[in-house]
Amino acid sequence: MIILNKESMSIIREIDVIPMRHRLKEYAVKIGMSLVNQTKIMTAASELARNMLKYANGGKVNIEVISKGRENGLRLTFIDHGPGIENIELALKDGYSTGKSLGLGLPGTKRLVSEFAIDSKVGEGTIVTVTKWKNG
Amino acid sequence: MEKIPILRMGDLLLVTIQVDLYDRLAETLEADLVQMINKASAKGVLIDISSVSIIDSFMGRIIGNIATMSKILDAETIVVGMQPAVAITLVELGLPLNGVLSALNVEKGMELLRKRVSTKENNHMQRRRGPQHDHS
Repeated sequence: MIILNKESMSIIREIDVIPMRHRLKEYAVKIGMSLVNQTKIMTAASELARNMLKYANGGKVNIEVISKGRENGLRLTFIDHGPGIENIELALKDGYSTGKSLGLGLPGTKRLVSEFAIDSKVGEGTIVTVTKWKNG
Repeated sequence: MEKIPILRMGDLLLVTIQVDLYDRLAETLEADLVQMINKASAKGVLIDISSVSIIDSFMGRIIGNIATMSKILDAETIVVGMQPAVAITLVELGLPLNGVLSALNVEKGMELLRKRVSTKENNHMQRRRGPQHDHS
């Protein structure tokens, strides 16, 4: 896998998600991603950014344009230094939420992307990596 | 602070969302709309989301809330112009927006809204005239 481009943005305030979405849109259009997939990755990113803001007071996102074989895609890494997730399995279940939300954030995001990985240590923070392939 | 304008057309309210939504803005719209329904004794609300390119779980929930709240206040809500990619993403996310009336575009939405508002009024009138009707 080759990384064609890499950029980092910080998500500190709610309004920071807007430039992030615009940036994603730009990259997605550049690699020729379909509109449905563009919408999916932007929605997924929006969910993950909200999680960071809500549970960890913000963090940062790395946006990478990647290429594997003939396929191009976008890989997003959300990194925060919040409280971490105690029970990842539970957090990935539909309808489970420690806050007041619907509990769709993580499980819903997982359905919208091609690849999903989460790494969390209680007291240290959480790293969520999602990849959306152009045709995936 | 940024606000989404609410237009009044007789006993109907019209909202066209032309900006990028973020959480605070959606929450403000929810509060403003409910206030406005009450103040204007509105019977119907039409929300045009044709230029909204992403709706995630939070904004979806707000749309659902608006529909539920306006129903309690005796007003109908219709969401019009959802982009196909947004509809696909919402369903995959796990938020099918049950209970929210929708129409393809503003014109059809207005038609539907007027029809529903007038049938409701007729029903009210008939109920009031009810007993006399039975005798004749």
